[in-house]
Amino acid sequence: MKNENLINGVLHIADTALILGQRNAAWCAHGPILEQDIAITNITLDLIGQARNFYQYAALLINETENKNETEDSLAFLRNERDFKNLLICELPNGDWAQTILRQFFFSSFQQLMYQEMIKSSDSQISAIAAKSIKETNYHVKWSSEWVIRLGDGSDESNQRMKNAIEYLWQYTGEFFIAAEYEFVDVAALKNEWLEKVKSIFDEATLSMPENTFMQTGGKTGVHTEHLGFILPEMQSLQRNFPGAEW
Amino acid sequence: MNIQIKKFYYGDIPEENTGGTGNTEKSSGELSWPLWEVFIRSKQGLDHKHAGSLRAADAEMAVENARDVYTRRQEGVSIWVVESKHVHASNPDDAEMFYEPASDKIYRHPTFYDLPDELKHM
Repeated sequence: MKNENLINGVLHIADTALILGQRNAAWCAHGPILEQDIAITNITLDLIGQARNFYQYAALLINETENKNETEDSLAFLRNERDFKNLLICELPNGDWAQTILRQFFFSSFQQLMYQEMIKSSDSQISAIAAKSIKETNYHVKWSSEWVIRLGDGSDESNQRMKNAIEYLWQYTGEFFIAAEYEFVDVAALKNEWLEKVKSIFDEATLSMPENTFMQTGGKTGVHTEHLGFILPEMQSLQRNFPGAEW
Repeated sequence: MNIQIKKFYYGDIPEENTGGTGNTEKSSGELSWPLWEVFIRSKQGLDHKHAGSLRAADAEMAVENARDVYTRRQEGVSIWVVESKHVHASNPDDAEMFYEPASDKIYRHPTFYDLPDELKHM
């Protein structure tokens, strides 16, 4: 059914933004310096705002198709691990600052290309949400790129931490470009442009592109790392314990 | 990391505390980013106004930090930053000779002219 693919495609984008937002939110009050603490939590709020827009659209589509009563909250807080379709990279632990900003750089650079495609969509909702969101993502790319350069081309310590982060995160970047059957963006076509962007920033950061090519997959179809199973109980506990609770 | 928080009054920043590239080696061994003063223009046509200060490693980071810290609630459309060490302030001890002599010279206010009725908005 065509609508089911669209619903899953929208949920995939919403889940990805929500889980990365949830991860980044843990930096709140723990950032390396006050100004950057605010910067990363601003990004968190951008991502959660984007997730909300996509969840609202998904809820609309589901309710139209299946005569249900889903809301953005029920989709975020009452679905289980296997239902979540977020990219694996978003659910990985924050690690140190290098790992967090490198993940943001890998992801935001991809998300920017994805939104550029979505703006052209014939679906006016998707096009409008993407057009609104890409302004935020453009800043995330700028902010995280500069951090990659700053740490890569910084001290021996910061350079080593970037190398460790690359070693850990690279295997989760392949998933960006392996399309699930429900995806409405031709993600495979974005790969070269993404690699060029990463290479240009890595060159400036005196970092080398990794040689390893093994890539983790599964997030898009609900097969997750062990980490998501810890994120969801924490994130969902309030709505699970007090269904329908509001501020 | 041992972070000292100390409040400075506006225009009162002692030079040894303003960070800056020539000042990164402190006796305590504490390395901290330079302090920057942030000026925000709230909308086109208005002046940039002092919004506060923050720390950043370089000018580009200072502009972005200012964006993240001071424009989250749509406060501005333009940002200036300047390293605090480049700001030279008057000395509070000079207040008496600097400012008090003006207090009995009200004729410096342009309020002693008869304005024609046709002139509005004065």
